[in-house]
Amino acid sequence: PFVLQLDEISLWPLPQKFQSSAVAFKLSPGSFQIVHAKQSSAGPSCSILVNAFRRYFEYMFGDLKKHEKSRKKVYDSDLAELQVWITSFCSLCVDELSVDEPSAVLKAANVWGALRGLETFSQLVYRDDYGANNINKTDISDFPRFAHRGILLDSSRHFLPLKVILANLEAMAMNKFNVFHWHIVDDPSFPYMSRTFPDLSQKGAYHPFTHVYTPSDVKMVIEFARMRGIRVIPEFDTPGHTQSWGNGQLNLLTPCYSGSSPSGTFGPVNPILNSSYDFMTQFFKEISTVFPDAYIHLGGDEVDFSCWKSNPDIKKFMVQQGFGTDYSKLESFYIQRLLDIVAATKKGYMVWQEVFDNGVKLKDDTVVEVWIGNKMEEELQNVTGAGFTTILSAPWYLDYISYGQDWQRYYKVEPLNFPGTDAQKKLVIGGEACLWGEYVDATNLTPRLWPRASAVAERLWSDKSVTDVGNAYKRLVQHRCRMVKRGIPAEPLFVGHCRQEYMGL
Amino acid sequence: MAHTGTHSQPVRSCLLLVVVSVCVQQVHGVWPLPQQLHQSADRGCLSPQRFSFTYGRDSAAQTGCSVLDAAFKRYFSIIFPDFTKGSENRLQYVWSEPQPFVVSVSVKTGGCDGYPDEDSDESYNLSVSEGQAVLRSVTVWGALRGLESFSQLVYQDDYGSYFINKTEIVDFPRFAFRGLLLDTSRHYLPLHAILKTLDAMAYSKFNVFHWHIVDDPSFPYQSRTFPDLSNKGAFHPFTHIYTQSDVMRVIEHARMRGIRVVPEFDSPGHTQSWGKGQPGLLTPCYKGGVPSGSFGPVDPTIDTTYKFMESLLKEVKFVFPDSYVHLGGDEVSFACWQSNPNVRKFMEKMGFGKDFTKLESFYMESIMNMTAALNRTSIVWQDVFDYHERIPQDTVLEIWKGEKYQAELSRMTQAGHRVLLSAPWYINHISYGQDWRNSYAVQPQNFSGTEEQKKLVIGGEVAMWGEYVDATNLTPRLWPRACAAAERLWSNEEKTLNADLAFPRLEEFRCELLRRGIQAEPLFVGHCKHEYDGL
Repeated sequence: PFVLQLDEISLWPLPQKFQSSAVAFKLSPGSFQIVHAKQSSAGPSCSILVNAFRRYFEYMFGDLKKHEKSRKKVYDSDLAELQVWITSFCSLCVDELSVDEPSAVLKAANVWGALRGLETFSQLVYRDDYGANNINKTDISDFPRFAHRGILLDSSRHFLPLKVILANLEAMAMNKFNVFHWHIVDDPSFPYMSRTFPDLSQKGAYHPFTHVYTPSDVKMVIEFARMRGIRVIPEFDTPGHTQSWGNGQLNLLTPCYSGSSPSGTFGPVNPILNSSYDFMTQFFKEISTVFPDAYIHLGGDEVDFSCWKSNPDIKKFMVQQGFGTDYSKLESFYIQRLLDIVAATKKGYMVWQEVFDNGVKLKDDTVVEVWIGNKMEEELQNVTGAGFTTILSAPWYLDYISYGQDWQRYYKVEPLNFPGTDAQKKLVIGGEACLWGEYVDATNLTPRLWPRASAVAERLWSDKSVTDVGNAYKRLVQHRCRMVKRGIPAEPLFVGHCRQEYMGL
Repeated sequence: MAHTGTHSQPVRSCLLLVVVSVCVQQVHGVWPLPQQLHQSADRGCLSPQRFSFTYGRDSAAQTGCSVLDAAFKRYFSIIFPDFTKGSENRLQYVWSEPQPFVVSVSVKTGGCDGYPDEDSDESYNLSVSEGQAVLRSVTVWGALRGLESFSQLVYQDDYGSYFINKTEIVDFPRFAFRGLLLDTSRHYLPLHAILKTLDAMAYSKFNVFHWHIVDDPSFPYQSRTFPDLSNKGAFHPFTHIYTQSDVMRVIEHARMRGIRVVPEFDSPGHTQSWGKGQPGLLTPCYKGGVPSGSFGPVDPTIDTTYKFMESLLKEVKFVFPDSYVHLGGDEVSFACWQSNPNVRKFMEKMGFGKDFTKLESFYMESIMNMTAALNRTSIVWQDVFDYHERIPQDTVLEIWKGEKYQAELSRMTQAGHRVLLSAPWYINHISYGQDWRNSYAVQPQNFSGTEEQKKLVIGGEVAMWGEYVDATNLTPRLWPRACAAAERLWSNEEKTLNADLAFPRLEEFRCELLRRGIQAEPLFVGHCKHEYDGL
């Protein structure tokens, strides 16, 4: 046993309960193993764990092939193995990790908890000055504060090659994020290749072959995410933000008028035609089978009414329906029909806050995402007051950059800091860091997102009381070096260095 | 990819079968914009199999000219990336015999083994006609600029065929000094990150790499005279240093691209890391009559300091061939000097009173004289001018303070000094949106002064300080944002005042950078034909 080198240990996000002693054990890459505990309800047939064992072994010790099992001398103080024990009976979803010789035990209710515990275990391992791997005697019980911890990437304003998306899923797992909110299409391009409506990407993508996500690409993203305990929630934003949809689906969008004749431009989805709803029914039927997650994000933000207002058919429809000149009623009309369509696919749905703000009648189980920074507390109060489940992303628009350590600002956000009852606060199920794509593509996405999103990760995972920025800084510096070591080009927080600098480019 | 200028004239091409369906033809822009550029809608086809660079008969440089031989090799791969990747579509040549295309390069003077310097003539003339291009320049450095422009004129259509339009270019830089500063002290930049930056600099016609190699946080330069400086002052003595051979590689890589390397050894402030490997160099700070254990700027009161600086500068002269050395001189804090009784005694002896700027002046003057004695021109930051009366006339002053830089330009040039402008181009400062437009709007000679004064502005520098930058984010933060200053420093201001007009050309240039493997970030929503496929 050696004396603890405190500054070598840098858990991120910080576990709920953590006890570590100065007693250190050596881990030998040649003999250390990650195994299923005898009592575990999971075994070698559990692909998620088997893959994770290999992944974390490589994170800790580098490429397996480099370690011939030739090391003869095994120290008494060696930690021989990590046993992963899936209980499945555990009623509380608390993961426990205890490190003590000769073996460490990771107990989790299910594989997803085990993945989080493996990440934590890998973060406990540190290298001493002689290059030996050490781990201290440690006990951890851990669980997330919020269930929904998401990252939004926008693959419409710029196309993001698959490689970039996968790398960010890796980084998400390192930070215990568990939702990839895939803002897959929007005005500028439609890269999602639909089986039912192939023209959408054929005519709506930046390029029909190089700038698209094929069904197998999407499958790969979902599977890659699943292996890391990450849900993939796709967003198909309507009725606004749909310019690119119109290229491949004629008559879907509202023709805008200039005076009494069509101007040649188009507005939001045309809400007065049955064909629009027929299209949506077929389209979301496909989406509900392609994406296994129980939720679909339906967007609903920033609907511009000016085109609807210009169109005589729409005006006539407004009169027929008795909407007067209140176009939010028309939006509401559309959204409600859309919600019915999606509900029929047995999926839950998320929407941006405007849908709530505009008084659209929502089903009770709708999840409302709060994104407008101004009056965020008030909005949280209203949305939860109306009984809706809520996700917060307003303070975490990471596409807005500024000089200096803006991660601290993200870190200092307290999501439940709004007036409301305990029941209301429970309705806030988490948050999302959003990286919109106006100025972001494969060239700068990863360093712009990491480690800034890590600040959000800790806020959403760790206890409310974990707010010391100074302490966070020290851990985060190490954590970002760990990401760099694992091949993620996470940018620096401030002056300094990592033992292993980024070697890509 | 965005294209500037479309023409609908009938297309003449060596690819008849395909051309039938082509009705739009593209003319490609050049960044930075040449002084005079005339393009016609007539275009010719280039085939990698029949394409060659050659030296003109009257050229002073011929085969064996290291700079141009290497440039021919480099630009061939840049112009025909598919050819070297081996994925070129050969089918197209089934239909017609490829026509030869020859780029003939003639330079007036040799100097292939020399280094570019402050007086290097970078002008060139380029004439592209059917089956050939003629590039004429005074020096090999001018030829490099011309080759870069030539490479930007070549484009590929949707079928993969290469074309170039008939073009006449007369070009020369507006300013002789077009620099880019990298800071390798606040974060260590691996060698390949520096080399890659030099590549991208050449694409934008930058010609000076200002290497802010050491500073407070670390001393990565491995000195042959004082090895302890990096042994003890680098972040790590083996992994986070630049060896002599690393430095030579940077200098040679830069030379091949017509780029000067001006090192900065900033003193007397910004020297915390120096103190670790050179005991006695820094001023011990005092607290309550006793040394506090911390150190301030270089100690200007003792002879050993000057002996050390002289040895270091001698080494710098030996290692770095450029005739300029940057001596820093910025942001000197007087608190530590004030606290030190020996320094106060020295002040009294010298009759400086309580004016510590005089002490700073005394120090800077000494090392500027040392530098002059070594036949080197000093560059110093504006602070040295702001506080000191007597500065050797040939010292170049660099403006870095953001506010009122126009007034500073007036004052400095009035005093007859040559000036470099970097204040408006601190692009380590980031903000949301298209901030390249601010860089582009800068008018370096827009200050009150005579024509003579304006001529004293010899150029400017883009600065990428390292507080928040390392190899993970350097390249996308630099490019294409630095390109805005590149055009301001090279091109005719009258022809490049409108950022909206420049936008499509810059967008196209950034896609070209991607195609060349430079991780340049997007300017706005959109896409490139060849996206960056790294991570």
